[in-house]
Amino acid sequence: MTIEAIQEELIDEFSIFEDWMQRYEYMIDLGKSLPLIDDDLKNDDKLIKGCQSKVWLNSELKDGKIIFTADSDAIITKGIIAILVRVFSNQKPQEILDANTDFIDEIGLKEHLSPTRANGLVSMIKQMKMYALAYQTQINN
Amino acid sequence: MSFNIQKIREDFPILSRKVNGYPLVYLDNAATSQKPQQVIDSIVDYYSNYNANIHRGVHTLSQEATDAYESARQKIKTHFNAKEVYEIIFTAGTTHGINLVANGFSDILKKDDEILVSAMEHHSNIVPWQMLCDRTGADLKVIPMNEEGTLIMEEYAKLLSERTKLVFVNHISNALGTINPIEEIIQKAHEVGAAVLIDGAQSCSHIKPDFQKLDVDFYVTSAHKMCGPTGVGILFMKEEWGNKLPPYQGGGEMIAEVTFEKTTYAGLPHKFEAGTPNICGGIAFGAAIDYLNAIGFEAIEQHENELLEYATEKLLEIDGLKIYGTGHKTSVVSFNIEGIHPYDIGTIVDKLGIAVRTGHHCAQPIMDFYKIPGTVRASFAFYNTMEEVDALVNAVKKAKYMLS
Repeated sequence: MTIEAIQEELIDEFSIFEDWMQRYEYMIDLGKSLPLIDDDLKNDDKLIKGCQSKVWLNSELKDGKIIFTADSDAIITKGIIAILVRVFSNQKPQEILDANTDFIDEIGLKEHLSPTRANGLVSMIKQMKMYALAYQTQINN
Repeated sequence: MSFNIQKIREDFPILSRKVNGYPLVYLDNAATSQKPQQVIDSIVDYYSNYNANIHRGVHTLSQEATDAYESARQKIKTHFNAKEVYEIIFTAGTTHGINLVANGFSDILKKDDEILVSAMEHHSNIVPWQMLCDRTGADLKVIPMNEEGTLIMEEYAKLLSERTKLVFVNHISNALGTINPIEEIIQKAHEVGAAVLIDGAQSCSHIKPDFQKLDVDFYVTSAHKMCGPTGVGILFMKEEWGNKLPPYQGGGEMIAEVTFEKTTYAGLPHKFEAGTPNICGGIAFGAAIDYLNAIGFEAIEQHENELLEYATEKLLEIDGLKIYGTGHKTSVVSFNIEGIHPYDIGTIVDKLGIAVRTGHHCAQPIMDFYKIPGTVRASFAFYNTMEEVDALVNAVKKAKYMLS
């Protein structure tokens, strides 16, 4: 599935919720279903700065696509990560670099996009794009 | 004024707004207090009617502004019962005052001298002393605290020696709400000849310290925690220290050479007030002190203690909820629920219109002590109500239900 198609799918899923509480409950469920990552990947190198909760993000390149795995000690943050991993994992680096993130607004999580928000959604997206850039550079060379 | 909570709330325009569709429940008073109309009016009045630079002009506006600014200083002096009005130095806030003192001690401290700080300090209270120790070769020692968040006074007594030059403790801990026994701390420090600086950022909205009775050497606080504006505070400094410490920022001494008759301010407090000060802020700080005194600190303390007691009782009914800081304290409840990250709780209760603080509250050493990433902190002011405590408790219950 393309990034855009996955984003459309998420917008569709979130559109059935009538209020923020249902959206958050769904996000919490997504957080709980995020595959666990190995404890040895939860080290300071993988830690994303700028989050009030801890967020670890790991990436590897497999068959030209980036596989993201991640975790957090806070469940709402984990839900946000789950959404990002679903959108950006298993995609080609260039596609990740080209993708926009307007869908965040459309699924009603706009408040998490503010750069002053301490949950680091912005930092997470930035980190994912940084990895994509690094891998893309590697591929080009 | 008798304590009429509804009437008091009407003084605060912000308290009638809605957040995320719910009535605002503002429980982040330890971060900053809200402002009553009287303080807001004093700001508007200053800029609308007599804005001018102070201490310099012979013209009427300048005289009016100078009088208002200096009368605010006088109000602050009376409020805290300082001996002399020039012992009150206007600053940009608590952190500025601390740095001013730390800088002044650069010339006084020698290698192997010691500074004592408490284990429950805010970051802004640790870093300036570490920097001072780096500059002077002095050592920083920590007064430990126990599990209930109270300083261990026996350990404090053991740390004191003729090497101790300065003791630095907050009056009330921002993260835990603990009220420290500063009378005893000051008295013991003086016995070995050490000076004491007290951080009153958290205390002055709840209680009214008496500087002469405390016999404190330095005391700092911020207006914005006391219903005043941000960017202004005071450093109280005993006259003898004021004469001993060098100016902090360049300009003070030079100003003495300027030949405006009437206005040579090389002495206290101007020695430490280089540049055009926050005139409006100082005046509004005075208005905030008037406002608080009109309500009365006894009434404030009583109401806040009732809020604290009720909140503590109701929150502890929630399964798995633990409160940090259980000693003698003010109206701050710092808590966690087992298995739930404080950030998650803060996010959900915010969606319900409730403003609390989550995180390490700039006091990481305390969080390390309890081995937790942070807490949820609800801090109450005199304008909060029992109904707002109920709203908090219900929101926390809802958050717990959603998150577990």
